Amino acid sequence: MKEVVIALIGNPNTGKTTIFNALTGLRQHIGNWPGVTVEKKEGELEHKGIKFRVVDLPGVYGLTAYSIDEKIARNFIVQEKPKVVVDIIDASNLERNLYLALQLLEIGANVVIALNKIDISEEKGYNVNPEKLEELLGVPVVPTIASKGEGIDKLKERIAKSLDKKPPIVEYPNFEPYIKKLIKVLEKDEKLTRQYNLRWLAIKLLEEDSDVRAIIEKSKMRDDVLKTLIDVFNDLHKKYDDIELALADERYKIISEIAKKAVTKKEERITFTEMLDEVFTHKYLGIPVFFSLMWMAFKFTFDVSAPFSDIIDAFFGWLGGVVGSGIGNDALASLLRDGILAGLGSVLVFLPPIAFLFLVFSWLEDSGYMARAAFVMDRVMHRFGLHGKSVVPMIMGFGCNVPAIMATRTLEDEKDRILTILINPLMSCSARLPVYALFAGAFFMGREGTVITSMYILGILLALILAWLFRGFIFKGQPSHFVMELPPYNKPNWRTIFGVTWTRTEKFLKKAGTIIFATMIIVWLLSVTGPSGYLGSNALESGELLAKSWVATIGRALEPIFKPFGWDWKAGVALFFGFLAKEVVVGTMGILYGVGEESLPYALASSSAFTPVAAFAFMAFVLIYVPCVATIGVIKQEAGTKWALFALLYELLLAYLVALVIVLMGGALL
Amino acid sequence: MFPLAFVGEGKRVILKYFAGGHGIFRKLVDMGLNPGSEIFVVRNQMAGPLIISVKGGQIALGRGIAMKIYVEVKE
Repeated sequence: MKEVVIALIGNPNTGKTTIFNALTGLRQHIGNWPGVTVEKKEGELEHKGIKFRVVDLPGVYGLTAYSIDEKIARNFIVQEKPKVVVDIIDASNLERNLYLALQLLEIGANVVIALNKIDISEEKGYNVNPEKLEELLGVPVVPTIASKGEGIDKLKERIAKSLDKKPPIVEYPNFEPYIKKLIKVLEKDEKLTRQYNLRWLAIKLLEEDSDVRAIIEKSKMRDDVLKTLIDVFNDLHKKYDDIELALADERYKIISEIAKKAVTKKEERITFTEMLDEVFTHKYLGIPVFFSLMWMAFKFTFDVSAPFSDIIDAFFGWLGGVVGSGIGNDALASLLRDGILAGLGSVLVFLPPIAFLFLVFSWLEDSGYMARAAFVMDRVMHRFGLHGKSVVPMIMGFGCNVPAIMATRTLEDEKDRILTILINPLMSCSARLPVYALFAGAFFMGREGTVITSMYILGILLALILAWLFRGFIFKGQPSHFVMELPPYNKPNWRTIFGVTWTRTEKFLKKAGTIIFATMIIVWLLSVTGPSGYLGSNALESGELLAKSWVATIGRALEPIFKPFGWDWKAGVALFFGFLAKEVVVGTMGILYGVGEESLPYALASSSAFTPVAAFAFMAFVLIYVPCVATIGVIKQEAGTKWALFALLYELLLAYLVALVIVLMGGALL
Repeated sequence: MFPLAFVGEGKRVILKYFAGGHGIFRKLVDMGLNPGSEIFVVRNQMAGPLIISVKGGQIALGRGIAMKIYVEVKE
């Protein structure tokens, strides 16, 4: 059976993802478009014996190829020529959405329109007549309410019926003579005629589109085409200052005519969205509301996920014990128990908080609030050379830097994105909290809260200062312009929310999970072996044995570096372990001092290894120094090896510098 | 004519022209902000971005770019 390729396109916030899910169900494949970090989703659909491959194109407002997203969408339609292009149109925002539809018709795409969110448009006081719209545009129009699954079957049917339809031609009265003149020359090149819609080429030439210009450069009719184009421009420039804008104006005129006939407006109503925005985007209330919502998001995440994490932790501890005692060979038992199972456990313990964090953030995104958050915080972010949209990944960083860095994909500008990625590890993730708690408890009794909070504030301040510095020295110039649609607030669409949560969690498991797991095994190996050979699994229990292992060798090698802070080799070992996941620092300290985690604060306080100042410096060092391996892995994936190394290096230097300043200042003050 | 950034909340204006280069303005046109369109200023807090309503949709615009969009009061 042959597969028929169809594409899904639409403005952002039209419910495209929901329609994609409804059409393809769970038969989806997610990857990246070649060469870029833009997500590519494909799915399968079967309708009356026809098998479709549905390609979800990025959400775009137009096809001018101004952004990567638009380029991808346009190239796919022009080159792959999908049999049908389903354009999802937000009925409550008809005129703007039709702009994309007209551009699709220009390319010669076989368009089927899904007129989505008709319930919301009615709530807003609009009534869009689908039959009228179909008649005026000349393409099938199917009304849908994707969030309730309404109209999906009808949409499938219309898609299947439209496979060999010839798309209508949209005429632009003021430009028709010029378009025709250009087509006459273009059609002399058979290759162009075969590959492209000549009308589209002509329109794009008028708009001075550089990609289309490059196509013409290779044509055998190049000289004739360019000569005609110059004539045409000479004529047009007498009438218009900017031909591209004039064409846009022409499109919007046609659209406004269509809208006049297809839309009946009832009385204007104050919508739910307007009421909420009164508060959420308020000059003074906006920022406090933002911080309280974020606080609630984290409170929910950690409270709800904690029991799950505890269960997983306990389960792997128990399983390790059972497996360990069942196997006679010590090395093998230790590999299974302390290497593989402990590694698996430490990955899975992360899973509940991350999944719940994704869930909350997906809900906030789906509801439309995230766009408001970016709006409210843009003023603050801008001052430090960041973009309003940088705020979401930064906040997510308090949970885990891995998904936070993945969330930077919403930033379109490359510089803005890399800058946001680079400072993200400074947002103190939840894995660092146990370390703060341990040291604050041991050395700052009674002032734990203040000391721990100071770490978070230090992280935020450093992130902002560095953003400002990087913007000044590396990513010169201003953050890209803040332009963002504020979609109406949505009632939660749980299918979409759970879908997004699941794909993100799965990605975290695949990317971060494998790295953490592999590193755990390597660290295990370095702990149970030493220059003298295999030490036995007891090395993980007794500090004396561990002192003979490779990790101790590494710790001692690191010792001179940490001399100025007064930390011993044990601190070096703990930091080395902390590289894989920062809360491991606590466990390592426990092993090194030969005590359980409960009595560790006393052991630390009574040993002479740390003074309070040295302890404070150590906490700051843990906050700043290398991001965990998983974070480095995801930086490499999102920004490239060069930036991953840069992040590693600057953080090490910064950590050292800050620790040094703390020790020196502490020494001077006390 | 004056920049959109100076228009107070609750005012209706007509977009006249963009001052400066192409680039970002193409995106604005795609989003429904073409010269001649009617803009309703929903939020303008005289610092930070603005919220405007155009063709029934709401868009947040940075102050920088709102300084380059010239408008005229609607009669």
